[in-house]
Amino acid sequence: MSSGTLYDKVWDLHRVADLPGGATQLFIGLHLIHEVTSPQAFAALEDKGLKVRCPDRTVATVDHIVPTISQERPFADPLAEEMLSTLERNCAQHGITLNGLGSGRQGIVHVIAPELGLTQPGMTVACGDSHTSTHGAFGAIAFGIGTSQVRDVLASQSLAMSKLKVRRIWVENRLSEGVFAKDLILHVIRTLGVKAGVGYAYEFAGPAIEVLSMEERMTLCNMAIEGGARCGYVNPDQITFDYLNGRAEAPAADIWDRAVRWWGSLASDADASFDDEVRFDAAAIAPTVTWGITPGQGIGVDERVPISDQLDPADRPIAEEAYRYMDLAPGQPIAGVPVDVCFIGSCTNGRLSDLQAAAAVARGRHVAEGIKAFVVPGSEQVARAAIQEGLDQVFREAGFEWREPGCSMCLAMNPDRLEGTQISASSSNRNFKGRQGSASGRTLLMSPAMVAAAAIAGRVSDVRQLS
Amino acid sequence: MTEHIAFPQGPIGHVSGRGLVLRGDDIDTDRIIPARFLKCVSFEALGEQAFADDRKELAGAHPFDQAVHQGASILVVNDNFGCGSSREHAPQALMRWGIRAVVGVSYAEIFHGNCLALGIPCATATADQIRALQDAVEADPAAEWTLDLQALSFSDGTTSQAISLAAGALDMLRTGQWDATGQLVARDAELTRTMAALPYLHGF
Repeated sequence: MSSGTLYDKVWDLHRVADLPGGATQLFIGLHLIHEVTSPQAFAALEDKGLKVRCPDRTVATVDHIVPTISQERPFADPLAEEMLSTLERNCAQHGITLNGLGSGRQGIVHVIAPELGLTQPGMTVACGDSHTSTHGAFGAIAFGIGTSQVRDVLASQSLAMSKLKVRRIWVENRLSEGVFAKDLILHVIRTLGVKAGVGYAYEFAGPAIEVLSMEERMTLCNMAIEGGARCGYVNPDQITFDYLNGRAEAPAADIWDRAVRWWGSLASDADASFDDEVRFDAAAIAPTVTWGITPGQGIGVDERVPISDQLDPADRPIAEEAYRYMDLAPGQPIAGVPVDVCFIGSCTNGRLSDLQAAAAVARGRHVAEGIKAFVVPGSEQVARAAIQEGLDQVFREAGFEWREPGCSMCLAMNPDRLEGTQISASSSNRNFKGRQGSASGRTLLMSPAMVAAAAIAGRVSDVRQLS
Repeated sequence: MTEHIAFPQGPIGHVSGRGLVLRGDDIDTDRIIPARFLKCVSFEALGEQAFADDRKELAGAHPFDQAVHQGASILVVNDNFGCGSSREHAPQALMRWGIRAVVGVSYAEIFHGNCLALGIPCATATADQIRALQDAVEADPAAEWTLDLQALSFSDGTTSQAISLAAGALDMLRTGQWDATGQLVARDAELTRTMAALPYLHGF
């Protein structure tokens, strides 16, 4: 059992009651909702004759189904239009803030809540989306929930939860030049596997983590779920406080010092005990690319697609499946694999620093012949900041399309999709078969800088060696 | 189709209402709600669509279409009711038509679990006992029956039959624990206390 960790402290603070059957009723400090997992939940509320318990602790946006080219209403897809209209109606009826298209604040739910200062240390954060783990970057307990649970949070601002164990992921040294948080988390998942985190919250700590920016911490925590961990978090520190200072919904100046003092007290104690710990050396990590059909099938860009014999027997069947589906041969170098579509965006890597990193690679260069490359800023706010710096121009001049904010080609719920057997270089978080919209489409996950490098070379390339 | 009676909530000690009979073993969820009705943003319309294909085939003669059964709420069925796909839409369709309890010989496990999550008791008796009950229910469609979860009986005041429920399900129904939302909403006083002690809700 863990004790003295941030997870233990925040859990205890939010405990409402012990429920018959052994679960704990946990107060949810921030409930984020979007158009996909909320309609049935609101309908269920109405069936039960219940109201939203805390509309002021509930915040909505639209992200999964929005087109990134033309966002005119009504949307061409009638189901998408229905989902958004339903969300608008529900929010209006219950007095819930909706950061909708054109509000200036719309975007991917896990991008907008942090940038608005809604996500804060010491909160519990829930959303009907598995990448809710992102918000753990602030020292919050943040996790994805299903539609029935969305109903429960709307009705009671709480959930029946079982406490997780806590595994500390301790990372020594520093990430090297050209190596980013995305590479770190892909490396962790490749090492521990996609199921290792089931039943655990991951605390990311150590010298390499302490120097990461908030956006990098968000990338890290975003993909904790891909390693099986429903929650991932980083202890709040000065970097966290500086990020939050002055943001729209962050504590105002007159209470700022008190807020910082309380936030600081939440960090795991020096003598905290964890259920488990695993250590990594950041300096040993190379830009990492997934070659297969699970996020765990990652390798360094200088490595080769693993041969079956080299793998754990348990991992061999899925590797065989992946060779066939991806049309990659065991022993084949991953560098040099040609790509068709290059996508920069998503809740994993759609923030300003991600666009800056990709733009630094794209500047003065051009997308290779025949490559379709596009950039989707994670929110209206990210787009505005990027445009102010001229990043949109850099991308356009380099041959990338510049799009409107949304989840885009991370998943096949909007018009952005792969076609046929197209293979993508993608800064998103999942490479499962069919994930990006074509039943035979193939996905290579990597950092935004690496996607830009792939777009320019027309094939997977080591961004550290680009000429 | 019945007018809207309130959906099940909280502890359930008994279910009372008129009965209706569906004869035959292995009535599967594709019959209860055909697959083409699954592509919906909400469950609202499912009530009208319960047994859609069976009803079309019987052209008004199906029990769900008969005037005398409108408003009935207790279904009496035979063996392996609700087999086939796990679709939660099946008990949803029954519930929205107006069903509040089922009495039968046996149920498919997933269907049974989905009913429990909605607060719909699935009670059992032997094949012979069920056939006798079906005869009794059919003989007088206007009779009021009560499924009693304390006494474990199914009775119309004249006939009374002992029934069983799975122990875990019985407990959850009787205590209200089947109703996950209800359990949470019930502890609002404690919730308010927890909120009062959270610094970020009160300016630190």
